[in-house]
Amino acid sequence: MAKARVKAPKTAAAGELVTIKTLVNHPMESGQRKDKEGKIIPRKIINAFSATFGGEAVVAATFEPAISTNPYFQFSFTVPATGDLVMKWTDDDGSMIEQTKTITVA
Amino acid sequence: MSLTRRNALALGSAAIAVTLVPLRAFAASEKSMEAIKAFAGEAAVTEGSFDLTTPEIAENGNTVPVSFSAPGAKRVMLLADGNPSPGVASFEFGALSDSSGSTRIRLAGTQNVIAVAEMADGSIVQVAKAVKVTIGGCGG
Repeated sequence: MAKARVKAPKTAAAGELVTIKTLVNHPMESGQRKDKEGKIIPRKIINAFSATFGGEAVVAATFEPAISTNPYFQFSFTVPATGDLVMKWTDDDGSMIEQTKTITVA
Repeated sequence: MSLTRRNALALGSAAIAVTLVPLRAFAASEKSMEAIKAFAGEAAVTEGSFDLTTPEIAENGNTVPVSFSAPGAKRVMLLADGNPSPGVASFEFGALSDSSGSTRIRLAGTQNVIAVAEMADGSIVQVAKAVKVTIGGCGG
């Protein structure tokens, strides 16, 4: 199963712009490559990503096969108060990866 | 003005210059135009000036770093103009976000990468960057 790695700060000042780096180990099979017998390898990619902080939407993305293997995505947002950053990745096969990072405002 | 040899030459070179200019202007492929239309809806698309960072030369088309920053934008769409299917990704940003992002994409060959953003006032802005690709990244 695909695994997500997230780099996020543990603490932040109120109103600080923090940068989150995410990377998922995933083949992102484009559905355009062929195997040795000339058959098309079926598409299997992560087609959506979303991040919410304290229940409020930060970013929602849809990905196409043109996103590289091991999809990397970096985004930034301002932290209003202590809360949970919840990130979700959706696979073509319907499975989900979810990760939560708590950012504490000191 | 009398048509001397000198004048005729000047006119001729001016005409050539005029016809050459539109060729250099940026033109998106049909598929990308459709995608941009679907994204923009009724609004007119203008050439904008938000940040789209791509390498000038990408050695490996399988993983080309691309980042953008369109402060205040509600939505951003990335297109790879010369890929078999131009769609790359689209993003919707919430109020907390600074509407920037960075990812790695596949490019089939040398082509334009286009970013289209819907700004806070509803205007649609487009930026394009040319990327030279040494080895294409779409398998096959």
